[in-house]
Amino acid sequence: MSQATVKRDHPWLMRTYSGHSSARASNELYRTNLSRGQTGLSVAFDLPTQTGYDSDHPLARGEVGKVGVPINHIGDMEALFDQIPLGQMNTSMTINATAPWLLALYIAVAERQGVDPAALQGTTQNDVLKEFLSRGTYIFPPQPSVRLTTDLITYTVQHIPKWNPTNICSYHLQEAGATPTQELAFALSTATAILDAVRDSGQIPAERFPAVVGRISFFVNAGIRFVEETCKLRAFGRMWDTLARERYGVSDPKQRLFRYGVQVNSLGLTESQPENNVQRIVLEMLAVTLSKNARARAIQLPAWNEALGLPRPWDQQWALRMQQVLALETDLLEYGDVLDGSPVIEAKVQELIDGALAEIAQVDAHGGMVACIDNGYVKRELVQSHTRRMRNIESGELQIVGVNCYQESAESPLTAGEESGIMKVDERAEREQIASLQAFRAQRDSTKVAQALQQLRSAAAGGSNIMPPSIECARAGVTTGEWSAVLREVFGEYRAPTGIDIAPLNLAGSDALEQVRARVRCTGEELGRPLRLLIGKPGLDGHSNGAEQIAVKGRDAGFEIVYEGIRLTPAQIARAAQEEGVHLIGLSVLSGSHLELVEDILSEMKTAGIADIPLVIGGIIPAEDARRLQAQGLKAVFTPKDIDMNVIMDTMVTIIRAANGLDPAA
Amino acid sequence: MNLPEANAAAELAAAIASGDRAAIAGALNLLDDRRPDARAKATALLAHLQRAQDHATGQLIGITGPPGAGKSTLSAALIRVWRQRGLRVAVLAVDPSSPISGGALLGDRVRMQTSADDDGVFVRSLSNRGQFGGLSAEVWPMSIVLLAGFDIVLIETVGVGQREVDIARLCDTTCYVAQPGSGDSVQFLKAGILEVPHILVVNKDDMGAVARRTLAELGAALTRTHPDGHWQVPVLATSAASGTGVEALADVMQQHYELLRSQQQLAARRRRYQSYWLHKRLQDEFGSFGIERLGGEKALLAELEAQDMNLFEQYAALRQRLCSAPSATGK
Ligand code: B12
Ligand SMILES: Nc1nc2c(ncn2[C@@H]2O[C@H](COP(=O)(O)OP(=O)(O)O)[C@@H](O)[C@H]2O)c(=O)[nH]1
Ligand SMILES: [Mg+2]
Repeated sequence: MSQATVKRDHPWLMRTYSGHSSARASNELYRTNLSRGQTGLSVAFDLPTQTGYDSDHPLARGEVGKVGVPINHIGDMEALFDQIPLGQMNTSMTINATAPWLLALYIAVAERQGVDPAALQGTTQNDVLKEFLSRGTYIFPPQPSVRLTTDLITYTVQHIPKWNPTNICSYHLQEAGATPTQELAFALSTATAILDAVRDSGQIPAERFPAVVGRISFFVNAGIRFVEETCKLRAFGRMWDTLARERYGVSDPKQRLFRYGVQVNSLGLTESQPENNVQRIVLEMLAVTLSKNARARAIQLPAWNEALGLPRPWDQQWALRMQQVLALETDLLEYGDVLDGSPVIEAKVQELIDGALAEIAQVDAHGGMVACIDNGYVKRELVQSHTRRMRNIESGELQIVGVNCYQESAESPLTAGEESGIMKVDERAEREQIASLQAFRAQRDSTKVAQALQQLRSAAAGGSNIMPPSIECARAGVTTGEWSAVLREVFGEYRAPTGIDIAPLNLAGSDALEQVRARVRCTGEELGRPLRLLIGKPGLDGHSNGAEQIAVKGRDAGFEIVYEGIRLTPAQIARAAQEEGVHLIGLSVLSGSHLELVEDILSEMKTAGIADIPLVIGGIIPAEDARRLQAQGLKAVFTPKDIDMNVIMDTMVTIIRAANGLDPAA
Repeated sequence: MNLPEANAAAELAAAIASGDRAAIAGALNLLDDRRPDARAKATALLAHLQRAQDHATGQLIGITGPPGAGKSTLSAALIRVWRQRGLRVAVLAVDPSSPISGGALLGDRVRMQTSADDDGVFVRSLSNRGQFGGLSAEVWPMSIVLLAGFDIVLIETVGVGQREVDIARLCDTTCYVAQPGSGDSVQFLKAGILEVPHILVVNKDDMGAVARRTLAELGAALTRTHPDGHWQVPVLATSAASGTGVEALADVMQQHYELLRSQQQLAARRRRYQSYWLHKRLQDEFGSFGIERLGGEKALLAELEAQDMNLFEQYAALRQRLCSAPSATGK
């Protein structure tokens, strides 16, 4: 049969999640990607932008332009979309706590381009509940956070009808260790919590409510167990349909469709033998494309070097080509649903649905999703699942090729290049961004800025929709930091539960664990008191998995653990170490700003008079930086390839022994 | 005790009293340290602190209640109030340790999150280390140090109502925080399992009706006059989350402290804490048999209360007595 006669389905939207350095540099990248066949934009913002700080805020140091693009004001946003006609673009923005603000900037730029905001298409992630559970870029307490989320939803439903106001994310839950059942349950509980809040806000007339339900989309994960993952997506579709019909009375089946985008699993992508990640990514992509009735609307893929650092344009191109090969070369898009009618698939789908319903009942029993943020129930469940996963990797029950089996490898040409296979962000980016921000501030009309902020404050305090005054702020030249500071004052700031207070999993303990325990105990006795360990997450980095797992393992190995969660300043960490009298400080940094943060922490430790406490670090640390850190006095650097946490614990005991004049080998 | 050691102890004691954070942290580490040379230094330090303070400065407040009632959040709210009133505050937060590994997750700091540049607050977490029935053995010696450097020392501990080692026996003022809607507290109070606190708080008042109901039930179950005498136990509603009732709580804590001072009870009470601590340590180490050999609980406590205080010296002397005394059961 010749290709021309076959009717093929339209491929999904192909995206690459990207942004770095500055609006100008990211704009160039976007235009290149679009010219290479990418069909939508997916904007990554840097951490200060995501957590509501301007580039010149002290907490932004080292983070500006690193993991995404810094957007401080309308000028930056305009540069980001220079020569990209917003009226024709479909733009996805991974933005949450500051989502109303970034959308306001987007709308203001559209106005400047002469585009009617009502015609805009795209997505704001705007799912703040999962920020507390996994992603970490929350700012305000749960209640006001939900209110901002619902304000954005009600606004776009009324004024930008084609906008996807929120993308309920189960993606990040899997990245924090969730099982498929947990992913289903927690994402659907989040969706109902948000929809209930929209309904109860009274901003939407009842007859328009089905349209709101119809605008809800999802952002889902797909792991390596791709058969089960396909079933999970079929389960999602069915459960959402039921919920929409029964809970919200939506009669139009189109408005009950489970619309979702995907980023496939990155947690399982390895630092060891990173070329194997390509196979993993492709198989995971199958999970979300195979079944036509449960196929993704949009896909973005990680790159082969995910666990090494940020991808270069070539790495991202490779990931995009994987999608193109599947969509264009294979016959996937020529058939109806190839899984319909399979009793095996059907049974698995039902099993997942039953499990998810039971878990949803648990969430309800704990007061619903919003209450579960503050009481820590869901976070503990996630940490528990991740602990189980780590234990299974350690025991070999869960096999990962190149990590705990088939570790031997010929030398890889992929990582041999000069940049050691990752992208380096230009160190000048931060300085240049700060300079341009200060120039922007100097030329704007400060009376207009003050007035716009005043309106924002009254809306926040009074309860009217936050979007109109935010758009006014955008036009007036307000900055990201100023917008957020006003809301911080009105709503307050929040620290989420860490979830590490779970019961020990392996009561008996493996031989390796028993040995470490004995060593921790003996060393404690020799030093006169139990060993204490402070685990610190400095900077704006929200990657908490590693810190949590080290904390739980440390407790199980016999350490007394002090861990206060993410986003602490170097001064807070040094102070806690002193107050708590710890034997060792372990930092966890995955954001790429380890060099700046370690420098600050060393200096704070000196000021506090605790420079003699040994310091170690774990996270995404390129080899060259690891050498630099060790030269500055760090006693060890751990990276994802250090998968055996018993060995990590043992190393830390050795370091403590050496630092306290005991025989390190004993 | 040799001279340089005594001088070092005097210096350290002075530094603690001046609020030097490094000195305070170092002293807490020292008191935690069981090695003989550290014990000698600790003994010298305590001698100084006890002489200088005669145990009657500062207020030692115990805050206890079931897990999740909001003790840490409420402590954070109290700290804010006290700081506004210009008081310096130290916290000892006690968490349970794992019976299997001996390890512990010390999680109360997360809720207490204080500013990194406020030198008027100091938080040390402790694990109970499976000893002292849920209260860490270090609590009393560390309190002595902290009382020397702070106006208020707050001890947070999980208590579900065990009478035997109640925080009440180591604190000037005890505050029990109840969880709305949980009948346990009421039951414990009625059954006399729960030592009557000086202040009863139902937190999470923002939960509305259920909090009000618990407040009423607790009020009804309680004997209003505290066994100490002269003190009517207030039953307060607070919301640590929104801050309501926290000023009032700080006020009654202050009133109780003033009562103790006006009755000139503080010094005597603190002798009692210390005797209790010694008795408890010896009991943990030697069992009730050991206590019998020292003349029994009552006589021992009376003897200790009459003595001049030096914690570790007294302890060493009693141990010595037990270890060298001819065994009653001899051959
Ligand atoms: C899971 C994950 C996430 C999850 C995090 C969930 C969570 N709560 O932790 C989610 C999906 C939320 C996420 C989000 C983002 N991520 Co991410 N993420 C990852 C991923 C895939 C795995 C990290 C992980 O959890 N591994 C499992 C844990 C157990 O391993 P680990 O932390 O490495 O810890 C081990 C060792 O390193 C060591 N260790 C670590 N810490 C410590 C501490 C001590 C004391 C000790 C002794 C040892 C130790 O021991 C552990 C055991 O082996 C990595 C890539 C990868 N495969 O490594 C990217 C990665 C870290 N993420 C990245 C980015 C850019 C982001 C975002 C900033 C994207 C954006 N622009 O918005 C966001 C925002 C997050 C934020 N707020 O900061 C980049 C960082 C780039 C860089 N450093 O240059 C990476 C490297 C991916 C990439 N190549 O782009 N991410
Ligand atoms: N609604 C409400 N929740 C509170 C209040 N105080 C504390 N909490 C919550 O109760 C939970 C337990 O608080 P925490 O202080 O850790 O309790 P602790 O175990 O007694 O120390 C957390 O989720 C707090 O946010 C309050 O006044 N109102
Ligand atoms: Mg607590």
